[in-house]
Amino acid sequence: MKTLFKALGLSLAAATMGLAVPASADEYPSRPIGVAVSYGAGGATDFQARIVTMVAGNEDMLGQPIYILNKPGAGGRVGWNWFADEVEADGYTMSAYNVPHFIAQSIKGGVKYSVDSFEPIANWGADPAVVVVGKDSPYNTIQELVDYAKGNPGKVTLSGAGLFVGHHIAALQLEKETGAKFVYIPTKGGGAAAMKAVIAGDVVAGINNLSDGFRAAEAGNVKVLAVADLERNDFLPDVPTLMESGYPVDNASVNFRGLMVPKGTPQDVIDKLAAKVPGMFEHARVVKRMKAGGSPLHVMNREEVQAMWAKRQETLAELLKGL
Amino acid sequence: MEFLSYFGGVFEPLAFALLVGGTIGGLILGATPGLSPTMAVALLIPFTFHLSATQGLILLGAAYTSTVAGGAVSAILLKIPGAPANIATALDGNAMARKGQGARALHLSFLSSGIGGVLGVLLLIFLTPMLAQWALAFGPSHLFWLAILGVTVIGTLDSKSFVKGLLSGCIGLWLSMIGYDDIQGAQRFIFHDALAGGIHIIAALIGIFAIPQVLDMFAKGRSKVKIEAIDVPQHAFGDSVKEIGRSARPLTIGTVIGSIVGLIPGIGGQIAGLVAYDQAKKFSPHKEKFGTGHPEGLVAAESANNAMVGPSLVPLLTLSIPGSPTAAVLLGGLLIHGIFPGSDIFDRNPEVIWTFINSMLIGQIFMVIFGIAIAKWAAKIARAPLPIMGSAVLVLALFGSYSVQQSMGDVWIMLSLGLGMYFLEKFGFSAAPVVLGLILGPIAESNFVQGSLIAGAQFDGNWAQAQYFMTGSLNLVLMALVVLSIGYSFLSHRARGRNASVKSGEVQA
Repeated sequence: MKTLFKALGLSLAAATMGLAVPASADEYPSRPIGVAVSYGAGGATDFQARIVTMVAGNEDMLGQPIYILNKPGAGGRVGWNWFADEVEADGYTMSAYNVPHFIAQSIKGGVKYSVDSFEPIANWGADPAVVVVGKDSPYNTIQELVDYAKGNPGKVTLSGAGLFVGHHIAALQLEKETGAKFVYIPTKGGGAAAMKAVIAGDVVAGINNLSDGFRAAEAGNVKVLAVADLERNDFLPDVPTLMESGYPVDNASVNFRGLMVPKGTPQDVIDKLAAKVPGMFEHARVVKRMKAGGSPLHVMNREEVQAMWAKRQETLAELLKGL
Repeated sequence: MEFLSYFGGVFEPLAFALLVGGTIGGLILGATPGLSPTMAVALLIPFTFHLSATQGLILLGAAYTSTVAGGAVSAILLKIPGAPANIATALDGNAMARKGQGARALHLSFLSSGIGGVLGVLLLIFLTPMLAQWALAFGPSHLFWLAILGVTVIGTLDSKSFVKGLLSGCIGLWLSMIGYDDIQGAQRFIFHDALAGGIHIIAALIGIFAIPQVLDMFAKGRSKVKIEAIDVPQHAFGDSVKEIGRSARPLTIGTVIGSIVGLIPGIGGQIAGLVAYDQAKKFSPHKEKFGTGHPEGLVAAESANNAMVGPSLVPLLTLSIPGSPTAAVLLGGLLIHGIFPGSDIFDRNPEVIWTFINSMLIGQIFMVIFGIAIAKWAAKIARAPLPIMGSAVLVLALFGSYSVQQSMGDVWIMLSLGLGMYFLEKFGFSAAPVVLGLILGPIAESNFVQGSLIAGAQFDGNWAQAQYFMTGSLNLVLMALVVLSIGYSFLSHRARGRNASVKSGEVQA
């Protein structure tokens, strides 16, 4: 509680004194920093963002607390449109990104942003997509499911959380690499609704987050058939990747989460954030909280994120071309 | 009876303080327009980082319970429903407050919330394994029929005219289509950035209910008519208890409907209050009094929206599937403390889960006590002169709609909808069907589209959709209910038409 009051006191003091001071790298940050989250309060991105930014106020971190601004709507488009269009590029408003969501949306068009509108700071999490079936499903391996789908095109329903999100990308990749024809059922209400459809038997199979799939499997409600990532995951060491199962699906559908600022933010501010933020994500208290919540932590620095964005842009442009 | 042995945990000093604090804080947050239960719980989650799992959950559970009930305060006194759950409460509750019976309305509201809430939690304690299966029984086709069943209620809900009720409902359904469609990826009716995310239900609620009455208040304030001063008599608590004792029918209807609706993931508590209100009206011998400040509707609505709280945790705790938007946020609160839902959760974390559930039981009782305690003073709000009252409601409406997602666009949406509703009300349309359309539209639509996609994969031929939506016993039962509901509305409408000459004198002030 003590740190909380300290953070509140600091933010109050900063709000009264620091407002008029222009941003310069030496003084930055002189007041609290906002982080826009393009999803609702209580969702996975929101609660992870709250955890990973909770030590920002420490003296050895940014020295200023971070507060969360929820800007939900239209699968994240509302928040990222706002961030690309209306936010002052002074480093006092950052945003959480979800890859591949925002890149896929920008490729499909109708939004005001693309990968070039934002500057990544650092990545905190990576949640791969998994293929799940109900506990009573006749399919026990991904091969059985794919073989059935090949023999019965258009008969296998796959639930996932919306269009042009990681789950949808994974379904598209699976279709492309196996040649099978699935029926993708996007659900409203995120991964939980898609998982419910699998558990209740409304659909044959589903694509979901690894963290949710892991918990549902632990509870005995589903079987996890495969992970759409380059390597097996520590949470589910016995579940094969799609690649080792013989379907060359890479990690393009992995849901990467991190922080970014708008293009045009002063370079020295970006450098300072890029230097400090990865350490903040690796703080012992953050690691402990993330682990307790079953949220896989995956810290990447600015250069690594830049490379990852560029690669995603290429893969997704190719994958979504025909749609 | 295992839960009894964990009652001690609730009375540990810090846990108990959190329970009391969470209940009082929840009542205040719930009574603030724009701060829905979902948001209140989300805002509290970071505070639980510093607490143990049990303490954190007690705080969240207390806040969930009491914000739902607290929403009734602003619904009754200001006619601003704090959340969709309180829409039906505003219908008769506000009319009672206008008549100077605010204290009575608040007493009844908290008592019925408490009774519904306790019964809901008892269901959670005793019937969880059985009810979990029930929650899974509802697939897209059943949710579609349920939403249609809700739509049939529109014609008879709070409306003098059957046709105008249906038309209002259609306006609501149309409003619900605005925005980005998550399932087909299309943009619909987006003429401005503020509409890209669709119309937020809380902003719409505030605008549609609060703004027309603000305009009415200002209009009256300018006229020469002497400013109304409402006499607010004290209301003895004992009388309220006796009255609740006599209200067995609406209480039963509210509790049963609230429990069932709370269980079904995807429908949530949003419509529990409205459906209970409508059913209480259909079964009441005093149908004509509904909407004029009749306590039966209030009792049914409030018992339903709190009865929903306990059962909405059943699919959450056993299957990790939240039954309401607030339960979805609560899931985040569970996970953050390493409590993973599953059918064996009561064996894995008995002391955390049972203490949490017990605290909700005791929290319901605290909520009634604190709610009753503020009723006496809160009811005096009705005595404020209209221009002052109008200004205060306007400020709260602006603040509430902005705070939902820190967006000025929502404020403009709220004001435009409110202004539109003001003129519609002048022509005899009413607000509740518009809101119901706005809530049910997306549920009906997304489940219909999902169901159609699944049908195409499951069945062959041109009749695939019909086969999917119209076979199976649950589908048939729901379809029969839809037909019954339409038939009932039609018949009672004709009966009312015959009596119209007798009752035309009764126009609501």
